[in-house]
Amino acid sequence: MIVYLLRRVGQSILAVVTMAVLVFIGVYAIGNPVDILVSPEASQAEIRATIERLGLDKPLWEQFLTFAGNALRGDLGTSFVYGRPAVEIILQRLPATFELAFVALLISVLIGIPLGVYAGLKPDSLGGRSVMAGSILGFSLPNFWQGMILILIFAVWLGWLPAGGRGPTVELLGIPVSFLTPQGWAYLLLPALNLALFKMALVIRLARANTREVCLQDYIKFARAKGLSPRRIVFVHVMKNIMIPIVTVLGLELGSMIAFAIVTETVFAWPGMGKLLIDSINLLDRPVIVAYLMLTVVIIVTINLAVDILYSILDPRVRLSEVKG
Amino acid sequence: MTDTTPTPAPLPAPAPARAQSPLLRIARNFAEDRLAVLGLLLFLAVVVLAFAAPWIAPQNPYDLAQLDIMDGGLPPGEASFSGMTYWLGTDQQGRDMLSAILYGLRISLVVALVSLACAITIGVVAGMAAAWFGGRVDSLIMRVVDLQLSFPSILVALILLALFGRGVDKVIIALVIVQWAYYARTVRSSAIVERRKDYIEAARCLALSHRRIMFRHLLPNCVPPLIVVATVQIAQAIALEATLSFLGVGVPITEPSLGLLIANGYDYLLSGRYWVSVFPGIALLITIVAINLVGDRLRDIFNPRLQK
Repeated sequence: MIVYLLRRVGQSILAVVTMAVLVFIGVYAIGNPVDILVSPEASQAEIRATIERLGLDKPLWEQFLTFAGNALRGDLGTSFVYGRPAVEIILQRLPATFELAFVALLISVLIGIPLGVYAGLKPDSLGGRSVMAGSILGFSLPNFWQGMILILIFAVWLGWLPAGGRGPTVELLGIPVSFLTPQGWAYLLLPALNLALFKMALVIRLARANTREVCLQDYIKFARAKGLSPRRIVFVHVMKNIMIPIVTVLGLELGSMIAFAIVTETVFAWPGMGKLLIDSINLLDRPVIVAYLMLTVVIIVTINLAVDILYSILDPRVRLSEVKG
Repeated sequence: MTDTTPTPAPLPAPAPARAQSPLLRIARNFAEDRLAVLGLLLFLAVVVLAFAAPWIAPQNPYDLAQLDIMDGGLPPGEASFSGMTYWLGTDQQGRDMLSAILYGLRISLVVALVSLACAITIGVVAGMAAAWFGGRVDSLIMRVVDLQLSFPSILVALILLALFGRGVDKVIIALVIVQWAYYARTVRSSAIVERRKDYIEAARCLALSHRRIMFRHLLPNCVPPLIVVATVQIAQAIALEATLSFLGVGVPITEPSLGLLIANGYDYLLSGRYWVSVFPGIALLITIVAINLVGDRLRDIFNPRLQK
């Protein structure tokens, strides 16, 4: 176990370092870093000061060490637009994105698993086929367009929910959150649904495929032969066995949810870090882009690491084969 | 699933000994699912419409001489100032949405197909090399693949475009970079199984060159999973390009794809002019659904676990 753990942590660190090198090359080696890191309105003296501070006159490897050293201390540059450290601005937006992603994940699981299991138990019934057709639709609907349609229906035509923004928040342990008030939910519901739909389709398909495979196994036949009620077979024997792959995939998908939140936040003007990224791209606020990238890389790598370790605890075959190979 | 059951259609009397060609068998199997056939027909229709756009579109939406500003913002089917009927309405500049969609579809499809071709080529070569040579080559290539696949494709593409700037060529490059790893992984996993089989051994005994064995003997047997991944990926590519264009980092305004059309309509959505973004979205949806229907059926056909 320890060998596996060390190996996996080493891989994660390697991934972060590789991405840092790629970002560094993208920013410092390909483009002119002065253009990227100094505001276009900066004076000559400011430009010179920045060149000196970042050591842009030094050899490339030395520059990289400076960049990495600063990054480790949490210094990824100062935003041109806000005039504050880029990391600080992003961390401020982080809770909004996380809240959105978690609520979306919850929606996709709570609706997706029952539908998927149902479709897996009755693959040829009308209900099962419609669930599958629905999931194809969920897969095919481009995220941003689907969000606009939600706005069109629920905000413009029906007028039930607000079209965008986050509305009023309440503080929970010093972090502003929406999910504690009904008003917060009104703002949260559409974006969360938008973000959830794609994953819901994924969960439905995973649950269906796994249910179909599990149902062919001998232990299900045996459970039937024992005369257990169908309800017990589904909720105990089937559910338990389909959960491992679903949990794994969902864990890995959490990272992609944070990335897809970029789209949802843009459509719904949700003030999370994804919207910040798009705004920064449009305003050419590159320190924020770099900081967003590095922070997201760390978050995603950490999530992947956590999922892999959990998985290896749940299913010992994984770590054994890794160590051997 | 139908492999072991005899086909109900009687074989033609002469030459019954000849085995059914795999392609024909797959085609028959495919045709059993009406929804998948519908998907295939829809997709072909979309491709034909998109590439015939200059000849069948009611107007050239980017020839300013043909636009009438007086016809701007018309709802679908409404009587217009210039006497032309716009079945899907017009945008602010008086551009016929139907024509804009046909032209936009063309850009979306070209971007997706070109990036598909490049990504498959790179992915197949890398995946084959990894499977064939094994050892260091394999672990190096697969490290890169794993690293890349651990990051969401939209994030990678978005960052690349944020650094490079927008443009059709840059979108294609970003899509290729995002997608090649899927093909590499797919080809590698099936090639590793295939290379242990006897026919490869036989080819080696004939002292054929590595390249010949890899691409003439090994590759054709790795094609089925590749087709499945390619159908999924082409739908993904179309959606990803649309998303990037919607976010404002994709294709330039001079070459608007469906995603950009939808983005333009976003501003009018809240004032109730839904048609500017809804209809391009429906065109996008039909295209992607059609491809996914086909892909779904192919996956079932090629999935050995469901073949009892």
